Amino acid sequence: MASDDYKGYRGEALSTLKNFDALVWSDVEIKTSRGSYTGIILPRSETADPLHVVIKLRSGYNIGIAVSKIQNIKITGRKEAHYKIPEKAFPYDPKKPNVKLLGTGGTIASRLDYRTGAVIPAFSPGELYGSVPELADICNLETEKLYGVFSENMGPEQWRGTAEAIGREIEKGVQGIVIGHGTDTMHHTAAILSFMVQNSPVPIVMVGSQRSSDRPSSDAALNLQHSVKTAAESDIAEVMVCMFGPTSDTYGLLHRGTRVRKMHSSYRSTFRTIGDIPIAMVSTEKITPIRTDYKKRRNDKNVIINTAFEEKVSIVYYYPNMKPDIIDSLIDNDYKGIVIAGTGLGHVNKPLYPALKRAKEKGIAVYMTVQTLWGYVQMYVYDTGRDMMELGVIPGENMLPEVGYMKLGWALGQTNDLEKVRDIMMTPIAGEITEREPSNGYLIFQGGIPEVEEFISKYRK
Amino acid sequence: MHKFIFKPFDEMTEKDYATVGFKSGLEIHQQLLTEKKLFCRCPAGRYSDKYDAEILRHMRPTLSELGEYDGTALMEFKTKKEIIYRIKRETVCTYEMDDTPPFQIDDHALDSALAIGMLYGCTMVDEVHIARKQYLDGSIPTGFQRTAIVGVDGNIPYKNREIKIIQLSIEEDACREVSDIGHRRVYITDRLGMPLIETVTGPDMRTPIEVAEVAQICRRLVRSTGRVRTGIGAGREDVNVSVTGGTRIEIKGVPRIVSIPLLTYNEAMRQWNLLRLREELKRRGITEKSFKSKTENVTKILRKTRYQPIQNAIEQGMKINCVLLQGFKGLLRWQTQTDTYFSREISDRVRVVACLTTLPNIIHSDSSGDTIAASEWQNIKKQIGGKDDDTLVLVWGDEQDANTGAQEIVIRAKEATIGIPSETRQAFRDGTNGFERILPGPDRMYPDTDLPPKRIEDEKLEKLHLTLPNRIWENEKWYRKLKIPTDVIEPLAASKYTKLFEMLVKDSKLNPTLVAVVLIQYQKRLKTYFPKAKQIEIETFEEIFEAFKSGIITREGIILAMKGAFTNSKLRFPKKIKSPELTKVIKESQKAIKKMKVQKKDKATEILMGMIMHKVRGRVEGRVVAERIGFSGKGKN
Ligand SMILES: [Zn+2]
Repeated sequence: MASDDYKGYRGEALSTLKNFDALVWSDVEIKTSRGSYTGIILPRSETADPLHVVIKLRSGYNIGIAVSKIQNIKITGRKEAHYKIPEKAFPYDPKKPNVKLLGTGGTIASRLDYRTGAVIPAFSPGELYGSVPELADICNLETEKLYGVFSENMGPEQWRGTAEAIGREIEKGVQGIVIGHGTDTMHHTAAILSFMVQNSPVPIVMVGSQRSSDRPSSDAALNLQHSVKTAAESDIAEVMVCMFGPTSDTYGLLHRGTRVRKMHSSYRSTFRTIGDIPIAMVSTEKITPIRTDYKKRRNDKNVIINTAFEEKVSIVYYYPNMKPDIIDSLIDNDYKGIVIAGTGLGHVNKPLYPALKRAKEKGIAVYMTVQTLWGYVQMYVYDTGRDMMELGVIPGENMLPEVGYMKLGWALGQTNDLEKVRDIMMTPIAGEITEREPSNGYLIFQGGIPEVEEFISKYRK
Repeated sequence: MHKFIFKPFDEMTEKDYATVGFKSGLEIHQQLLTEKKLFCRCPAGRYSDKYDAEILRHMRPTLSELGEYDGTALMEFKTKKEIIYRIKRETVCTYEMDDTPPFQIDDHALDSALAIGMLYGCTMVDEVHIARKQYLDGSIPTGFQRTAIVGVDGNIPYKNREIKIIQLSIEEDACREVSDIGHRRVYITDRLGMPLIETVTGPDMRTPIEVAEVAQICRRLVRSTGRVRTGIGAGREDVNVSVTGGTRIEIKGVPRIVSIPLLTYNEAMRQWNLLRLREELKRRGITEKSFKSKTENVTKILRKTRYQPIQNAIEQGMKINCVLLQGFKGLLRWQTQTDTYFSREISDRVRVVACLTTLPNIIHSDSSGDTIAASEWQNIKKQIGGKDDDTLVLVWGDEQDANTGAQEIVIRAKEATIGIPSETRQAFRDGTNGFERILPGPDRMYPDTDLPPKRIEDEKLEKLHLTLPNRIWENEKWYRKLKIPTDVIEPLAASKYTKLFEMLVKDSKLNPTLVAVVLIQYQKRLKTYFPKAKQIEIETFEEIFEAFKSGIITREGIILAMKGAFTNSKLRFPKKIKSPELTKVIKESQKAIKKMKVQKKDKATEILMGMIMHKVRGRVEGRVVAERIGFSGKGKN
């Protein structure tokens, strides 16, 4: 008997189904003490209780029947579902640029899994062409599945592997690279790739979706078109995140990989450039740069891949009343680097000082960033800041905390010499530290204010 | 085979409908009365055409759970519409705009759906699974409606048989359409997400009148629970119709039950006449296999035409396509519905699928009306190589739309050789209907991965069962036995007061007729003076009848108390008058009337009666006063 015969069922439900030899996908009439139901037995989510059988009624609806009430199951047939994304060979046009899509997980194109209700990514060029045929108007697309992990499971191994894959593709001469990624930690990966991949001659565009493509309102197809267009046509040779600008289906934004952050748990327009403006806007029609200081596309293949990474690095999000044992435990566990997300201009309370002193003595690199996200660390303004610098805490300018974490891991991966680490940390490589914050780099409109409401009523946000 | 010719609506008999094999079922949508929406915490039932912002979206088809694209989905994708949502911050949050996952289902709404399911005698489900039902017309921003079955297999008695209730589901309401012009459709979102139930009957009705009658029974049944919204748009019907050899066709969104008979008549006629059209085509040797058509660009020939719509199109640089339908001569004038012809089947498709929404969007050579000149038809016919028994159809629009339009003309004409295409149709005011979209199959159902299944405990159902009124037909039977006035029986049985009535009659031993008349007739009459007032609460009536029963107020006092209930929220009962006070009032009034010059002496007592009652109305029965002053006229009470 195949293990999938009673997929997802356990306990009482499993024994009831076995009693009547009612395998999953059987077309059945179920008689219960309450009444009768006709439909197809579906697999059950493994996290659901063991007391119900799920059937799909003729109308397409699913319902659950309590097994305790089941008197009889009559099997009349069998209908098994076969998922298939319409697959057609992706057309090749020698005049079109070649773009490589690297997959790490996430749900750019997907189908549903009955058992868990989960969304399973679909990925081959044929599958993608089947669901977003518009891509063939832009480029010749090749795909490679590097990983199939959820965004929160991305780690050093995957970052390294992705950076190396990018290097290989550039060596092969692709005109642009798109990286499919779950959105939750997309900005973490964007940051580390900005450091691991230096001097890229082509665009490297990270993309995902906030609404999975199993729903008609998904942002996936449009994000995919925007990112592929950017990879194929734009002259921006940087690591970028390409996601919705507004919640409307109008345009996407190209954010610099070191300044971007996911800012809403569910909105489509969740990614924002922090403390600066994005590089460009992109629609299915055109790419419109909104700044000029980006690295330009080149014809060479002189990319530098540096995948060093020290894993013993942590972010400490400071809160009032934090006890020094938090820092102590990092010290005792041989951490080599700590990025603090401090309050205001970059502060922590006095009781932490002895712990910070210990860290310094043990040769741990400690960098300060701000949990306000916008603005610079300024440790000279107050005494507390100066005290901390004495304790070896280095102000991280306007590096975002997550970016600081990625860069410190990368720097410590290259050297244990704290002076050299400091050099690496404080020398901006990909815009992670900027000299100045433009006045439009901090815009969080406040709803309710008349002029903001007027703006919202005029422009589709 | 389809010899029968449809008669005018009024002349159709039950036997005629039996001849064509008329069959119809209902899908009744009824909004539930809740404070909040079904899957978010926005307020329900606040309508306004004002809006603060707009959001633009598109809809793309997705794979269904069973692995294939749905027919409707592909059609909607062909149409490539821009969807605009108008949102108002008081009534819509980020959930409705599909920027936030759903919250847990509203318990009150679910309870109401379960209760109504039991009232229909349904077999209730043990575990509710939320499904996504795909709608690519944009009427729901997610592209699907969250919906779940709560019960299956119920029934209602009708005539001497049973009408089957196939299933009852709870679901979220869709947007209201503002406009649909060209490639842009606009929706207002206030109604979006409100809870409603959908009741699906079997195809058990045999005449158009029966359909309306069953709809009426269902409406009254759900209203009797007091758990549903009333008023315009709160209840809407989809009607399924088929005839022998035809197809199950769904007419969507019929807002008024009275329009059902004519609509279903016309749909039955349409199907019948399309079947006759197929026979005619067969007679002419045109089948699915032998069907031939041809499409050509005829813009050049028509560049000097004086026919306004095409002249305008040419000025705007549009393309004009001509479709030749071989052997179709005269058939675009084939009648389908009352004053409606096969050409409209084609025009509807072109309107919806090619987004050519300005009418006329096609003209054809079968038309007797003034279109392009006869010489122009001749030139086109020559260019395209048409023969005398062919029909030519013109369609115009920008390159893409004109081409999609031509394709649709061919598709629809060819379908005439096969039969009646499965589609949903929209109801028009004149009782005819028009194409809306291809009928979606069960393929468009997906499990909702955002919400886990919800277990329904037996205890919950048992508790809810206690709150249920008797089913209306059972009450009506009892009311007839009680001999309450016939015009009150039906409204009372469908009202929210049935349980109260039962208690007042059985427990408080009040006169059934009095109670029924107060609850229904008095309230109805009073309501004309207070049109904006809400129906009187059950608890308020309980207090009023309690006061009446214990003698605090009189029958007239009931009316005064009801007036009070309509105007202010707090009930105040006039105290019943005591004898000495009444004597005082009578004496004062007698004094006053002596001072007056009453012309007709015999009217004096009547006037006196009026004067006294004015002062003590509601506090003493009129007959008591009459007795005291010896008035024998007709008292009101
Ligand atoms: Zn809401």
